[in-house]
Amino acid sequence: MHPFAYFEPTTVDEAIALLARHGGDAQLMAGGTDLLVEIKESLRRPAVVINIKKVPDLGGLACDEAHGLRIGALVTVRAIETSAAVSRLYPAIAEAVREIGSIQIRNRATLVGNVCRASPSADTLPPLIAAGTVAAISGPGGARSVPLGEFFTGPGRTVLTAGEIVTAIALPPPAAQAGASYIKHGRRRAMELATVGVAVSLRRDGDVCRDVRIVLGAVAPTPIRATAAEMLLEGRAPDPARLEEAGCAAQDQSRPIDNVRASAAYRRAMVGVLTRRAIAAAWERTT
Amino acid sequence: MTDGLHAITVTINGEARPLRVAPSRTLLDVLRTELGLTGTKKGCDVGDCGACTVLLDGTPVNACLVLAVEADGAAVTTIEGIAPAAGQLHPLQQSFMDLGASQCGFCTPGIIVMAKALLDRHPDPSEEDIRFGLAGNICRCTGYTKIIEAVKDAARRLAAAPPPAGR
Repeated sequence: MHPFAYFEPTTVDEAIALLARHGGDAQLMAGGTDLLVEIKESLRRPAVVINIKKVPDLGGLACDEAHGLRIGALVTVRAIETSAAVSRLYPAIAEAVREIGSIQIRNRATLVGNVCRASPSADTLPPLIAAGTVAAISGPGGARSVPLGEFFTGPGRTVLTAGEIVTAIALPPPAAQAGASYIKHGRRRAMELATVGVAVSLRRDGDVCRDVRIVLGAVAPTPIRATAAEMLLEGRAPDPARLEEAGCAAQDQSRPIDNVRASAAYRRAMVGVLTRRAIAAAWERTT
Repeated sequence: MTDGLHAITVTINGEARPLRVAPSRTLLDVLRTELGLTGTKKGCDVGDCGACTVLLDGTPVNACLVLAVEADGAAVTTIEGIAPAAGQLHPLQQSFMDLGASQCGFCTPGIIVMAKALLDRHPDPSEEDIRFGLAGNICRCTGYTKIIEAVKDAARRLAAAPPPAGR
């Protein structure tokens, strides 16, 4: 592996100062499951690696009905996957995290790291955005919060500026009668990157849907909201005709590319199918 | 660390090992090269194949994606530390032999370490549990059927006669 200098800061301020001092030569490492692969494959050649695993303030998984879900930057994907509270209160997040890599990978990889890598096909991003997740960011200029829906600017690109660290992400408590789902489409059942991923979050109000959020993964440079489909469902019952319309609207809003995993046309067709299924699955869970 | 090397101590299969390592060295390379523990295999070296699976403080990880410096102060169990004592086999090792769950054998150490972690957590796993648990371990010879049968067989052996605490 390409050699690098190595630091283990023990506070967030120290990590920010190291990042500020070394600028573009430095890479932050949490789990390392993506970064070390990129260094080995010479996709990145950092002179400095800043491992943040020794920063106690970046740990911590807290999940309950009253406060919602807070996930520190060092919380592994496997810790979220095996949390009974997350499975009960945030089923779409639980569905997405078990899709990442293998157990060995999930024991090292962090969810915040998955967010910061900003891969268009990352499984966790659609359900996190649909759930209204907000990123807590610290940097040389102080702290700020950014909703994940506004966090991604392109493949591997985010709103983070030099020296900034996402210290945690926070999900609001689920509303009464809320339902959420994530459906991934891939070519096999494990160790797979998404061909298409669709997440839905909504609330049941009698017979109709409210606060509908539909987020599509792997069909645009960033995860995208299917806003036209959301508006079609808002205040309406999710009957088969409405699901069909919403699926078509989501399909029209997607901007997929042809690549090694699927053609653009196939991806677009699957957006329609998965959107219908994900809405139905989320609605099912509201009862 | 004037020479760029970091002094670390890692407990490998129960024995504390002081080491001096460059930060860019992986735990996998240090196990195989510095410590001569070549039972842990280097397959893809990018976390896809699972041949380098070891237990880091009891948790299965890909040793190729752990920096050796990160293992400072940790306990690592490799395939060499799975058997309860010299001259004995872990029930998983016996089951893999008895049921022909190994062909070329390259993936076997990683699979046995991963299966041990699985059985530690789920002593009576369903077939789905085993398939889900071993999803990160690739075998290109066996077609997996015999591997899954061997893990089930080992679970039965362990239920009948739990071994003494391993290292």
